Amino acid sequence: METLASLGDGFAIALTWQNLGLALLGCFLGTIMGALPGLGPSNGVAILIPLAFTLGLGATPSLILLTSVYYGAMYGGRISSILLNIPGDEPAMMTCLDGYPMARKGLAGEALSLSGIASFVGAFFATWGLILLAPQLVKIALLFGPAEYFALFALAFMTLGGVSSTNQAKSAFAAALGLGLATIGVDTQTGVPRFTFGEVHLYDGLDFLVAIVGLFALSEVFIFLETRHGGAEADGKKMEIGRLYPPMSMVKQCTPTMLRTSVLGFLAGVLPGAGASLGSFISYSMEKRLVDKEGTFGKGDPRGVAAPEAGNNAAAGGALVPMLALGVPGSGTTAVLLAVLLALNITPGPLLFTQNPDVVWGLIAALFIANFMLLAMNIPMVGIFTRVLMIPSRVLMPIVAMVSFVGIYGISGSSFDLLVMIGFGVMGWLLRKFDVPLVPIILGTLLGNSMENNLRRAITIDNGNWLTLFDSPLALTLWAIAIIGFILPLVVGRKVKASMHEKRDQPGSTAD
Amino acid sequence: MIFNATRTFVAAAVLGVSALAANAQFMPESPECIAPANPGGGWDFTCRQVGKTLQDLGLIDKTMQVVNLAGGGGGVAYAEVVNKRNDSNDLIVAASSATATRLAQGAFPGNTMDQVRWVASVGADYGVIAVAANSEITSLTQLLDQIKADPTSVSVAGGSAVGGWDHLKVLIAASAYGIEDVRKVKYIAFDGGGEAVTQLLAGSVQAFTGDISEAKGFVDSGDIKVIAVLAPERLDGEFADFPTAREQGVDAIGANWRGFYAPGGMSDEAYDAWVSKIGELYASDEWKAVMAANGMAPLDLQGDAFQTFVSESVAQIQNISREIGIIK
Repeated sequence: METLASLGDGFAIALTWQNLGLALLGCFLGTIMGALPGLGPSNGVAILIPLAFTLGLGATPSLILLTSVYYGAMYGGRISSILLNIPGDEPAMMTCLDGYPMARKGLAGEALSLSGIASFVGAFFATWGLILLAPQLVKIALLFGPAEYFALFALAFMTLGGVSSTNQAKSAFAAALGLGLATIGVDTQTGVPRFTFGEVHLYDGLDFLVAIVGLFALSEVFIFLETRHGGAEADGKKMEIGRLYPPMSMVKQCTPTMLRTSVLGFLAGVLPGAGASLGSFISYSMEKRLVDKEGTFGKGDPRGVAAPEAGNNAAAGGALVPMLALGVPGSGTTAVLLAVLLALNITPGPLLFTQNPDVVWGLIAALFIANFMLLAMNIPMVGIFTRVLMIPSRVLMPIVAMVSFVGIYGISGSSFDLLVMIGFGVMGWLLRKFDVPLVPIILGTLLGNSMENNLRRAITIDNGNWLTLFDSPLALTLWAIAIIGFILPLVVGRKVKASMHEKRDQPGSTAD
Repeated sequence: MIFNATRTFVAAAVLGVSALAANAQFMPESPECIAPANPGGGWDFTCRQVGKTLQDLGLIDKTMQVVNLAGGGGGVAYAEVVNKRNDSNDLIVAASSATATRLAQGAFPGNTMDQVRWVASVGADYGVIAVAANSEITSLTQLLDQIKADPTSVSVAGGSAVGGWDHLKVLIAASAYGIEDVRKVKYIAFDGGGEAVTQLLAGSVQAFTGDISEAKGFVDSGDIKVIAVLAPERLDGEFADFPTAREQGVDAIGANWRGFYAPGGMSDEAYDAWVSKIGELYASDEWKAVMAANGMAPLDLQGDAFQTFVSESVAQIQNISREIGIIK
C-alpha cells in the first residue's frame, strides 16, 4: 500500500503539462532514433543530454525526457528490423529473424503492430517489476559472481542452435567468428593489446554498432547493387503491407509468449553484466525451444516477433533496477542515464529510494506514461512506417547507405570506424553468399568479451581451479539448463529436421 | 587565422558588454569539450558537469558541445587532438590519472605528454581500499599482512584493467608496506568500479580498490567499510571517519585527479583564458557543491603548476610500472 501511495505521489509529480510534453517529445524522438540504423538508445540519450541542460530542466523533468527517449528507442529499433532486415540497434537484432519474413509474406502491418503490443507488454510488466521487486531483485544480482556469469553466457551460446534454421555448423562457425573478433583490443586481465597491430583505434576493441551496421545494412546495399546489375528484380517494391492491426487470434496466440518472455527479459536486464541484447536473445531461443513444434520460427512466426520484442523492452525496464538501486549500469544506455543523475547531483545507490523518493517515483510514473504514449503513438503510425516498403529499392538503398555512413561518423567522428564498417559490409556480403547466418557473429562479438573476462576472473579468484565454475547451486542450475537446451534438440530435433528438409530451398531468414 | 581572430574579436566586443570579466578578450566561439570515452564514464561526466557549470556561471555564453571520442583508453582522442586539432582555440579535453598512467606506460603509441598544453585540475578523487561490512578485516595493515602471508587468499577487485590506476593504487600501498614482489598481489579487473563493488558485496572478492566516489553510496548504506583512504591527511565532512593509510603506517598516496588538456598549438591568449575560466569555476560555490556531492577532494592547480604536477605524476607512474614489470 505504501508503494501505491508513493506511486501516486510520483504521478502527481509527472503529470504536469511540461512533463507530459517532454515525455511526448522524448517518445517521438526516441522512436525515430531507434529506427535509424546506427543510432541506438545510448546515443539517442547522449545526444539529448545537452538539450535537457540547455532547457535548464530540473532532475525529474530531465529524467522523464531521457527515459522516454530510452523506451522510445527500444520500441523504434524493431521498425527497421521488420521492414528492411536491418536492426535499428543491438537488441532489435533478434526481431529480424521472424519480423522480416513476416513482412515478406505481406504481413508487415501485423508484424509492426504486434511487436508494438509486445513491446508494451514487456515494458509494462518490467515497470511493475521495478516498483514491486527492486529491493529484492538487487539480491539476485548479488548471487551472480564471475562463475555464474560465465555459466549464463555459456547457456546463451549453447542455445544458439535455436537461432538459425539453416545449417547448425554454419551458425557455430559464425559464433566462433564473432568470438574471435571479440578478442581484438586490450585484454583487461593482463593489460596486453591483442590483434591491434599498433593501431590505437583498435585498443578498445570493435564497436558492436559499427559491426551491426556494416554486416546488416551495408551488405544489404551490396546485395542490391549486385542483383540490379544482374537484372534481377528488386523485391522491395512488390511488397504488400497487409492489415494495420493484428487479428485477435494472433494476439491471443502470442499472449503466453509475451508473458513468459517479459519475465525472462526482465531478469536478464536486472543482471548488470547481461543487458537487453542477452534478454531478447534468450527470450527468442527459449521460446523457440518451447513452442516451435512445426519449425515455423525463422519463417515469419508471429511468436518469433513477439518474443524478442517483449524480452528486450522488459530488459530495458530491468536494467533500471541495478542502476537505481546499486548505481551500477546494466547496459550502455543506463550508463548514460547514470551519468546524467550524477550531473544532476543525485547519487544513485542503495539509499536513492529513501533519499530522493520524488526522483525515483516521478521517474517510475514517467515510465508508465511514456509506455502508454508509445503504444498510442506506435499503432496508428504503423501505416506511415509501412510506406517505407513502397519506396523503390533504388531510392531506398542509397538512403540506407547514407544513413549508415552519417550515423556512424556522427557518433564516433572517426573515419577509421567507417573503414571498419565497410570491411564488415564486405564480410556480410560474402557470408550471405555462403548462407552463413549473421546474428551469431554479432552475438559472439557482443557477449564474447564479457564471457571471456568472467571466465578468467572466476579462475583467477580461485587460483586456477577450474572446478570453481561448478561450485554454486546457481551455477549448476544454469549449466543444467544449458546442457538440456543443447542436447534436447539433438534428440527430439529429428522430426523437425525432416520437415525442414522439404523446405531446404528456402534459405533461412538471416541469410538472405 | 586572421579572419578567425577578427571574428573572435568582434564576437568578444559584442558579447563583452554582458560579460565584463577579466578575460573578456577571449571568448570561445563554439566551446567544445572532448570526452575521450563513451557517454557515461568519468571523462564524460567531467566534460558535461564543467560545461554546464561554466554556462551557469556565465563564463561561456554558448552551451559547451561535448564530443565523445572513445577509443584506446583516451589514445584516439589524444592522437586526434595532436594530429588534427592542434590549432583549435575552442577545445579542451577531459583527462585524469588514467591519461597520465597511459602516457607514462607508452600506451598512446607515438604520443607524449608534452604534445599538449595542460590547463587545470578541477578536483581529485582519493583512492580507497574497502572490504565488505561483515569482513573480519578492519584495518589496512591486517589486509596487507594477509596478502603478505598468502597472496592467493585475497582477491582485490577494481574497475580498471591490469596496470591501470586502480591496480597501481593497491600496489603502491603493498609496496609501501614492504611486500617485495607486488606482482603476486591478486588483482581482478572489472568493467568499472560499480561492478567491482557489486562483486565485493556478492562475496566473490575480498577487497576493493577504487575511488571514493565509487564507494560513497555503499558506505552510506552500510554495505562496505573503507579501511584506508590514500590521502595525505583525513578528508573533511562526512569522509572524516575514513582512516588514512599514512596513519596506519603505510605511506601511500593515490589520487585520481580530474582536469583538462588543450591542443599544443592553442594561442597563449586562449590558453590563459581557459586557465582563468577553469580557475574561476573551481573557486565558485556551485563547483564546491558539485565536488561535495561527488566526494571529490580539493586539488587546485592551474596553468604551469598543473603542467608540473602532471609531469611529476607521469614520472612516478613510470617508476612503479617499471618495478612491477609492466614497462621495461
